[in-house]
Amino acid sequence: MISRRSFCKKSLLIAGGLAIPLSCLELFDPKRLLAEKDEKGPRWVFLVDTRKCVGCGFCVKGCKVENEVPYDANVTRTWVERYVVTSDGKTHIDSPKGARDGFPNKGIDIGHGKLEEIKDDDIEKAFFVPKLCNQCDNPPCVQVCPVGATYQTADGVVLVDRSWCIGCGYCIMGCPYGVRFFHPVFHVAEKCNFCYHRITKGMQTACVDSCAFGARRVGNLRDPEDPVTRVIMTERVNVLKEEYGTKPQVFYLGLSKEVK
Amino acid sequence: MVHGEAWTIKEFFTYPNEYIYWTIQIVMYPFMTGLVAGAFVLSSLYHVFGVKQLKGIARFSLVFSFALLPVAMLPLLMHLQQPLRGIEVMLTPHFTSAIAAFGIVFSTYGMIVASELWFVFRKHFVETALALKAIDGRTALQQGWYLLFSVLTLGAWDISHEALEADERAVKKLAGAGIPVACFLHGYAGFIFGSVKANALWMTPLMPVIFICSAVVSGIALCILTYILTMEIRKQLARRHRLAHPELPSMDELKSAEAHVVAMTSRYLLMFMVAAITLELLDLIFRGYTAVKSWDILRSVIYERDFVNIFVVQYGLGNLVPFVLFLIPGLTIRRAVVGTMLVLLGVFMMRWNVVIGGQAFSSSFSGFMHYVLPLWPDSMETLKEGLVGALIVAGVPFCFFYLLNKVMPVFKETH
Repeated sequence: MISRRSFCKKSLLIAGGLAIPLSCLELFDPKRLLAEKDEKGPRWVFLVDTRKCVGCGFCVKGCKVENEVPYDANVTRTWVERYVVTSDGKTHIDSPKGARDGFPNKGIDIGHGKLEEIKDDDIEKAFFVPKLCNQCDNPPCVQVCPVGATYQTADGVVLVDRSWCIGCGYCIMGCPYGVRFFHPVFHVAEKCNFCYHRITKGMQTACVDSCAFGARRVGNLRDPEDPVTRVIMTERVNVLKEEYGTKPQVFYLGLSKEVK
Repeated sequence: MVHGEAWTIKEFFTYPNEYIYWTIQIVMYPFMTGLVAGAFVLSSLYHVFGVKQLKGIARFSLVFSFALLPVAMLPLLMHLQQPLRGIEVMLTPHFTSAIAAFGIVFSTYGMIVASELWFVFRKHFVETALALKAIDGRTALQQGWYLLFSVLTLGAWDISHEALEADERAVKKLAGAGIPVACFLHGYAGFIFGSVKANALWMTPLMPVIFICSAVVSGIALCILTYILTMEIRKQLARRHRLAHPELPSMDELKSAEAHVVAMTSRYLLMFMVAAITLELLDLIFRGYTAVKSWDILRSVIYERDFVNIFVVQYGLGNLVPFVLFLIPGLTIRRAVVGTMLVLLGVFMMRWNVVIGGQAFSSSFSGFMHYVLPLWPDSMETLKEGLVGALIVAGVPFCFFYLLNKVMPVFKETH
């Protein structure tokens, strides 16, 4: 029978013994060591100039082809929304097939394949808004993933590990922007990743390359000389759904209050 | 076809990637865990708080809770796009996610219920094993049973009075520890929804509490219902076997015992039901009163699109009618059956209205999505996430209960 005294002694010894190897984790924390080296990589951000977008949908096409999202599947990593505000104060929004083929119909797509026709005279303003993943600084999708299959890289982009995702859909539910979906072929969560395979090699994203009007630009927020950073720092930019506390990193020029 | 496209009808503006991703299996998941937690709380009322009147149903609901337990994760597996990777939740949990706690909470709870069951049925295991041991020239079947029961005793063959009293103390402690774990098991299912800030209908701190209360309601209701059904079968058996075995309880004895247990249990059912409805209405009133940005779309979902589901089926048929049925004096068995079935319908519809209702509107707040339940499966997807899949999930616990009852007879007096 172990005595109370020796029990206490041994417990302290074990606790102390365990504390030493555990403290090594604190001493040699790889993340902190990297941070102390003061060599920060880029922080990728995106700039959308809604005033330049004409709704041609080439960005959506380019994205689908580049990122192997099945062309005819009704899901897409990026899309363009059309906003039409009429004189009665109503806002009409649509994005047929994510605007993959642009906006072939003048009428607004209201679901079930029906179109709502709007007279030209009734239109007060109309514009296009491209959407993509906001690569949030506080990404709710990363927080809710039960297995850590989706994660944020040091340069700010949120990625999905296709070999680890269990396909529960919690991240899809957690995203307020609706950018996530199940990949029809791989059956795991899928999202825009700023064409990570391209930007990390000094290239532009597929959508930026496809945009003939310069409405989309990708940049590095940690580089003060980057033209995108200059715009974000010096001009009046806005972000989507700030109220969710996600700290989105896709910045918009010319955003209107109607944008959802 | 994209996952979700088969059963989603979109109206007005929804984001291109939005579909009803969480379907009937995710309705079944909180419904089933709710039944697990509720059945356990019911049995604990007797074991911990010594509510003597519940003795008849306590052991029954404990075994039933255990039978329901493996089924609680069945809907999750059926819903996963990669079911073979489901085990990763246990192996590599990412603890900022509410779902990651599943493995820990679920296994803790399972161990508590299993050990409590062992203490409750230890005497039965020992007696059965000894009786089988005494038989000379056992058949292969008897030998199998003998081995099973010997293993189940775990080597503890002492069934003296002192040992049995120690068992009872252990049961009390385990049941006491089980209540918070059972509440946690289900409260955290509520947390999974309540913490989704992107969903205007789900996000409320009340969600876990509402889930626990309605869980207890549904658990008690199912226990009463199953209890009545098994008692009816026992009555039929008693009528047949009484001539040969006069020591069996008579029809009248069974009948009065049944009526007494049902009346007592339904009182607790009513108490928890009042708590659940109060919280649900509080949530609804609070949303309307504060009327934040999302209220416009929520109002059109709650009062227009889902009006029948919420106010007619859930609150009316599922809450009000059984409430009146149970309150009218002189509760009969037949009335209790109708009442408990309606209560179960009400709780199921509450889950439905939360899970499906929460996806009935686009997060752009400018469009709606309608869920069309796939009745007849035409693919693996519509089989798993359709009516057939849900019925499979609902039926499995009864099969488990049948098997468990062979080893742990819930109606045999052991103490």
